[in-house]
Amino acid sequence: MTTYYSEEHEWLTVEGDVATIGITQHAADQLGEVVFIEQKEADDEFEKGDEIGVIESVKAASEIYAPVDGTVVEVNEDLEGNPGSLNESPESNAWIYKIKLADASQLDDLMDLDGYKAFIG
Amino acid sequence: MTDAPKRTPLYDLHVELGGKMVDFAGWDMPVQYPMGIMGEHKHCREKAALFDVSHMGQVILTGENLGEKLETICPQAYATLKEGKARYGFFTNPEGGIMDDLIVSNAGDHFFVVVNASMRHQDIPHMKANLDGVEVTEIFDRALVAVQGPKAEDVVGELCPAARDMKFMETTVADINGVECRISRLGYTGEDGYEISIPEDKAEAVARAFLAHEDCEPAGLGARDSLRLEAGLCLYGNDIDNSTSPIEASLSWAIEKRRKEEGGFPGADRVQRELAEGAAKKLVGIKPEGRAPARQHVEIQDLDGNTIGEITSGGFGPTVGGPVAMGYVAKGHGDAGEKVNLIIRGKVQPAEVVALPFVQQNYKR
Repeated sequence: MTTYYSEEHEWLTVEGDVATIGITQHAADQLGEVVFIEQKEADDEFEKGDEIGVIESVKAASEIYAPVDGTVVEVNEDLEGNPGSLNESPESNAWIYKIKLADASQLDDLMDLDGYKAFIG
Repeated sequence: MTDAPKRTPLYDLHVELGGKMVDFAGWDMPVQYPMGIMGEHKHCREKAALFDVSHMGQVILTGENLGEKLETICPQAYATLKEGKARYGFFTNPEGGIMDDLIVSNAGDHFFVVVNASMRHQDIPHMKANLDGVEVTEIFDRALVAVQGPKAEDVVGELCPAARDMKFMETTVADINGVECRISRLGYTGEDGYEISIPEDKAEAVARAFLAHEDCEPAGLGARDSLRLEAGLCLYGNDIDNSTSPIEASLSWAIEKRRKEEGGFPGADRVQRELAEGAAKKLVGIKPEGRAPARQHVEIQDLDGNTIGEITSGGFGPTVGGPVAMGYVAKGHGDAGEKVNLIIRGKVQPAEVVALPFVQQNYKR
């Protein structure tokens, strides 16, 4: 199980060809209090860079961009009723999707934790 | 604007309190403190909040017949504004659009005017050019703070007993902590409260004295925006601008009967025509039925899919506990209870036209 980070402030924890995706604590802190999330549905396919959801905080709407190509296999449906959990535990309970990776080699473009920490300064 | 944002006299206090600073209209202002927008908003509705609004333009007018002269550039009955009273108003342009909104106070030997931060550069020259024989002096050496909320009277009254006896839209000069301040009982949150103009070198001490009250917490521009939105109050640049008339903006209440009948202000022909015949569009409250906030520029459609307007302000209302918005709808639409659709990121979201405000205003009349 390895965790990767994107420059769009997402984390991906990979097991085999399935990755669990969420936003980082840093991203959650920047967004402010989350009041709404719009998610894709299971079986939706997407490519790296596609918009795969929107998070609305009291301040603004922020798109979630796909860090890799893949297919949604599971949606965390708890978030709809409890969007505030994205502020409380964005890197654990408040995961957003489980996805099937289309091309595992794309993970090489992502950062590890040390790289991400350096990225956010 | 390429210059570094300006700092208010309370800048160091904001930083000390953990304010997240952003550039707003050329000013380095706190958008929120560690409590967060939601908490600050609720604290203001339940207790009291302190806002720094020093970025707004404070202006002194001196000269003869100030009220009459203001009536030549504003549709408000400022000639009959009594000493010790404040009144909301706006500058109109010859086409009947709103150039800016403002608060005018009759301070006896002068008038005290507060205009929007983003429009200072326009409003000061506008007044200088159009108010004959009036000295227009922009004040740069005073802070402006707002203490708002049901406990505002306690917070301010503890340091300034005279403030307790004031009513909504009254203004006076009184000592706070030994400092002479201008205190006006008004605000931009829908709650009871005060706006207080303080000499800049004493502003931090006065602000700290308010914050020392157990019911008073600092709040930033984020909460200020969600509070005014729930209160149904217009934001210049979003809900009203150079093209929108006061009648379209549902601000007819802010123009007194005499002025509606007599005119005599820029754009009076349009205002009078729209009063008689109705305006082409009007500003209404919009309550999305789902959870998705509808923000500025979201399209409003009727149930047949025809575009009938656009959201001008919208977001999450912490006190309402859901999304709230304001927007313009075309003539023939906009009665409270009308069902409409909002197009949010390409998806149709049902909503309803509602009467403003979203939360009851709690002014001390």
